[in-house]
Amino acid sequence: VLGMSANSVSYNEQGSGESGVDAAQENSSIPASISAGGAAFSLFSADCKKNEDLKEMLESNKESLKLEAMKRIVGLIAKGKNASELFPAVVKNVASKNIELKKLVYVYLVRYAEEQQDLALLSISTFQRALKDPNQLIRASALRVLSSIRVPIIVPIMMLAIKEAATDLSPYVRKTAAHAIQKLYSLDPDQKEHLIEVIEKLLKDKSTLVAGSVVMAFEEVCPDRIDLIHKNYRKLCNLLVDVEEWGQVVIIHMLTRYARTQFVSPWREDAVFDENSEKTFYDSEEERRVDQSKPYIMDPDHRLLLRNTKPLLQSRNTAVVMAVSQLYWHLSPKHELSVITKSLVRLLRSHREVQYIVLQNIATMSIQRKGMFEPFMKSFYVRSTDATHIKTLKLEILTNLANEANISTILRELQTYVKSQDKAFVAATIQAIGRCATNISEVTDTCLNGLVLLLSNRDETVVAESVVVIKKLLQTQPSQHSDIIKHMAKLFDNITVPMARASILWLMGEYCEHVPKIAPDVLRKMAKTFTSEEDIVKLQTVNLAAKLYLSNSKQTKLLTQYILNLGKYDQNYDIRDRTRFIRQLIVPNEKSGALSRYARRILMAPKPAPVLQSAFKDRDRFQLGTLSHTLNSQSNGYLELSDWPAVAPDQSVRIVEVVKEAGAPLLGKSKPGKSAEKFYSDSEEEEEGSSSEDSSSSSSEESESESESEENSDDSNKSSSSESDSEKKKKTLKNKKLQQQKPDSKDRYWSHSKALLLIIITKLFSIHIVLSFSNQFVASCRCSLLRLCVFLACQFDAVSWHVRVSLQASFPVFVPETSHELLHRMTGKGLSAQYRFTRQPCIYGNSMVSLQLTLSNSSDQALENIHISEKSSTGQNIHHFNAIGELHTTNHSEIDTNMSTVQHEHTKEDEFSVSIQPAVGELLVPITMTEADFTKEKLTWCQKANQPIHFCVCISRFAGKTVGSGCLVLVSVALKDPDAGITINTEKTVMASMLLRQVKITLTNSGP
Amino acid sequence: MIHSLFLINASGDIFLEKHWKSVVSRSVCDYFFEALERATEPENVPPVIPTPHHFLINVLRHRIYFVAVIQSEVPPLFVIEFLHRVVDTFQDYFGVCTEAAIKDNVVVVYELLEEMLDNGFPLATESNILKELIKPPTILRTVVNTITGSTNVGEQLPTGQLSVVPWRRTGVKYTNNEAYFDVVEEIDAIIDKSGSTITAEIQGVVDACVKLTGMPDLTLSFMNPRLLDDVSFHPCVRFKRWEAERILSFIPPDGNFRLLSYHVSSQNLVAIPVYVKHNISFREGSSQGRFELTLGPKQTMGKAVESVLVSSQLPRGVLNANLNPSQGTYTFDPVTKLLSWDVGKINPQKLPSLKGSMSLQTGASKPDENPTINIQFKIQQLAISGLKVNRLDMYGEKYKPFKGIKYMTKAGKFQVRT
Repeated sequence: VLGMSANSVSYNEQGSGESGVDAAQENSSIPASISAGGAAFSLFSADCKKNEDLKEMLESNKESLKLEAMKRIVGLIAKGKNASELFPAVVKNVASKNIELKKLVYVYLVRYAEEQQDLALLSISTFQRALKDPNQLIRASALRVLSSIRVPIIVPIMMLAIKEAATDLSPYVRKTAAHAIQKLYSLDPDQKEHLIEVIEKLLKDKSTLVAGSVVMAFEEVCPDRIDLIHKNYRKLCNLLVDVEEWGQVVIIHMLTRYARTQFVSPWREDAVFDENSEKTFYDSEEERRVDQSKPYIMDPDHRLLLRNTKPLLQSRNTAVVMAVSQLYWHLSPKHELSVITKSLVRLLRSHREVQYIVLQNIATMSIQRKGMFEPFMKSFYVRSTDATHIKTLKLEILTNLANEANISTILRELQTYVKSQDKAFVAATIQAIGRCATNISEVTDTCLNGLVLLLSNRDETVVAESVVVIKKLLQTQPSQHSDIIKHMAKLFDNITVPMARASILWLMGEYCEHVPKIAPDVLRKMAKTFTSEEDIVKLQTVNLAAKLYLSNSKQTKLLTQYILNLGKYDQNYDIRDRTRFIRQLIVPNEKSGALSRYARRILMAPKPAPVLQSAFKDRDRFQLGTLSHTLNSQSNGYLELSDWPAVAPDQSVRIVEVVKEAGAPLLGKSKPGKSAEKFYSDSEEEEEGSSSEDSSSSSSEESESESESEENSDDSNKSSSSESDSEKKKKTLKNKKLQQQKPDSKDRYWSHSKALLLIIITKLFSIHIVLSFSNQFVASCRCSLLRLCVFLACQFDAVSWHVRVSLQASFPVFVPETSHELLHRMTGKGLSAQYRFTRQPCIYGNSMVSLQLTLSNSSDQALENIHISEKSSTGQNIHHFNAIGELHTTNHSEIDTNMSTVQHEHTKEDEFSVSIQPAVGELLVPITMTEADFTKEKLTWCQKANQPIHFCVCISRFAGKTVGSGCLVLVSVALKDPDAGITINTEKTVMASMLLRQVKITLTNSGP
Repeated sequence: MIHSLFLINASGDIFLEKHWKSVVSRSVCDYFFEALERATEPENVPPVIPTPHHFLINVLRHRIYFVAVIQSEVPPLFVIEFLHRVVDTFQDYFGVCTEAAIKDNVVVVYELLEEMLDNGFPLATESNILKELIKPPTILRTVVNTITGSTNVGEQLPTGQLSVVPWRRTGVKYTNNEAYFDVVEEIDAIIDKSGSTITAEIQGVVDACVKLTGMPDLTLSFMNPRLLDDVSFHPCVRFKRWEAERILSFIPPDGNFRLLSYHVSSQNLVAIPVYVKHNISFREGSSQGRFELTLGPKQTMGKAVESVLVSSQLPRGVLNANLNPSQGTYTFDPVTKLLSWDVGKINPQKLPSLKGSMSLQTGASKPDENPTINIQFKIQQLAISGLKVNRLDMYGEKYKPFKGIKYMTKAGKFQVRT
């Protein structure tokens, strides 16, 4: 600390020296009047005051004085004046209670901390304290400033703060953490690995607030770690619409790059596909190319991206529209590209700078795909009020769009441009006419004639440009245009612009063979006026003379010698030089040596015709919409867009287990199914439900005290099941397909097993719900039960009752839609809750079971802040869902609970104890084992329960294993008409017997 | 992303700088000044200027260049759009965006810039959120602040930023609940010498001023939504409902905002509400030129054409113009050669005309170009495309708001070639 303060003193001394200079420059005329008033408007006169009083003001006790001082300091900073010597005085106020003062101190701190590192450290503890503040906005702002102080010493502190903030409950703080990642990375790139970990964590975040910022951090820190995106790809696509607009731009650009590495090309010519394997899989629903002959099937994820970005074309933010457009350009099948046209054309109404960028991109696009923009050709007509660079770009696009059908319209338009006052633009127009002429052979002559007319223009640039363009055009097909050359010769007398005269002379010389009679005459005229011509014309005259001498020496020998003599004594040394050179070259004498033999080949060599093409021809090597594209050179940090892979990488990397959402909110208890399908589901559920008593037993084994009561309930159940057994015995079950379960029998089943289930229930968990909530919303969420999880294989095939011994162990064959009531709306004071097992692997832990809760509010009041209270007594581990607001819409905001209604003051809090009654089968996840293994395992255990029931069908085997204790449960059902034998093998006796009973009940009950 | 921002006035002075990362020396602007010198007109400065280590992206508004310094690849539109958003915000806060206004409010400007970007990445650009963070200065508040020493910075922390409707602040209260919508259409047209239309399109916007208590949920429907060919929305509009039902459904921001901008399909014939008869000629050898211009209404659906302003950039050879307007006043600037004629309202009975002669530089040859005529006008109570609002409903609140809809047609980029 001592060292630091010593430093600060020395800084002070330096600083005050500077301040003196500063103050002198400021011409301090007004003496300082320190008053509470004199606020913001007088700032610029205020900074004339000496910085010394600023220090006094900062050290005073009055808030208003401090504030006034800070305002003046900010004024200095804004003007680029140095105010660093006030650092010690300013930094003292970092903990001020006045928000504005504090903010201004932050501004100052961020500006000068880099220069005054040691002193800046004094402020750190304030921020560290604020990082723990209960208010999320204060936490966020502390992290923001802390990370903006570019002082390498605090890197570890920043790292810690970022890590902590990344797990903050508030999405706003997490967003700030994402921003801080980039700051830390630029301060210390060695932290990369740690930061990537944080990025990985934040990428999983479901909040729309965080998404944009973390992707930005990703792009900055580790754009090559494409593997981090896989699992989040679908989430990002789905969140995209709700992300704030700046985030959208960043995400779209990132997803464009991602998609280019992960999907195969939708542009057919280079699509490589294994048709056989893909066809059947996608046949049902995936969109296909219109052309059926060679089907390309788009990856559904690829389609998802295109579909979810399309609405953003309607964004008011031009950057978003451009981002989507480039995404479509780089990713969509060619025939879908047209959707972006209108939006891009719309952007042309925007500011000049926006137009400039958009036109550049359209220019690149229009080279490859004229059709896209042709219907909007008129939008590219130039207005006299456009800036020159806008005009030139529009011209470029018009030229690109020209084809046989519209060329006459375009040429007419170009003709009016030629008359413009903006000469640079006229020159560009002439170039454009030239390009039209070469591209569309029908109009070459028309264009040439038009250009020839322009030769008589008064403006030098126009003429020069026309001549140059004519020259280029003639070079491509000189033989057909001897009449134009003749025409130009005729015009020659009237043309005064030297550049044009020179160009015509060059043409004469170059194509003197096409105009053998005129060329010598032109030379004759030139010989007359040679001395009064401009230098450039003289040079070309010498050139012409030389060429004519070689091709037609009989007529022009004397003329040439005359001109060469004139040139020899010209005032300009260039001309004298050229004359000497030409003379040596063409007139053979003893000194000239070998060169003159080749004179003809040198002078009359065929010259390559210049190629007239768009300046945007090769711009498509850059991703559209990027800075590199605009500048046509690779800028720092440009990320190359990769080519499509020949074969798509594994698609399954993007699969994330998703809990299916309940369709519609059901009020009251779910009805038993009415359709046959529904019956199946019911019966199946029961099937699984019957085996679910496993769980109770397994849990009962965990606590001895309760196992007894379970035994009891077991007994009661046994008796009831035997009862039902006898009832059902008489029924013959012929139709195996209709294992219907009548509602009443179901109810009975539940009532029979009530005793047992109650035990389970108390054992399982209880949910306390604290109510208050907005009207009519459905929330679905997951909560999970721990340790209840007994997994059993249940590869049912409801129709045939054959066990499919497949190798897939992961997903259940069938997920019923039925949900059970958790809380009735009468009991719940308007809130009703239903639950349903989704049979999806739980994402929070593999020993948990996912449960989907559907909450609905049937009262007329808003309910808010629904949550599971922490009081669940039995030590079950429940993964809580967060406060309910986030469940309301697809927007995940944890704090805000209510978007569409006014928040009613809710005066009371209600708590409801509810319990979930898990049908045991719901707690199972199928596993797979081979038949041999099954038999082998079966023999290992002696525990057997065997009871014949009357039932028909064949043999089925089901295998499963408890996750908690890891023991196998094997169920074999041997079906011998009219009897059936059920065998259950497991380590756990109680479980075995319960399972057996339940299976039996269900099977018998489910007769037709 | 955005490293620094420099504000440069028309005379080339840097009058404000702000850095979000390490400080970039203001000498980087020398490259900009070079480009400025090369450009003949202020508008001709290229928006993106590469320098050896940085890229300068600038926008020009209100005769101020906003120059952003960029160090690495970033979509240029991202920066341009952001800079325009900054200008819009300044305008929103100070009424005008001039050098004087910015200098007078330098602290507020700095506070705004600080909130709008974090580390160069846009943070809060929504006007409603910003106004919660930093209160716009008003004369009353400045006076109060000087007396009480209170501040412009909002005392309470903004919650809007965290909400699912970030564009609307909570706890809005009004005694008079009103919602006004202005349907403003602009005609962009190019008319050729003979009076026939080369290109014409209609661009429209629906601007709203909504002052409603609480969290109202509004729906606005049109009689003829099919007219709208291409639309872009304020983020508050629910896109799905528009797709399905062609209804605008939204929770509005508080105050003024642009709800919708649209484009009327170019297939529809556009009614051109004014015509121009002109005769502008120069004779070879003579130092005089004739100038005759007559305006008349056409296809105005019985509405009056008002606030007509004609301007034209005359050829460089014109020294002076001696004209006689039948109504209104005209000015001719001999330096910039800009002729402007403030016509006012067009009376169909007595068409306004401007006649007279132009004196040319003696000895100079006749200008080979004819000037283009730019026309501005307004027609009240008419949307030229025929777009009509059907109804406006409010849900979610109990009170009855006052609703108002106004139509207007304006000339956009309306040019007549002569």
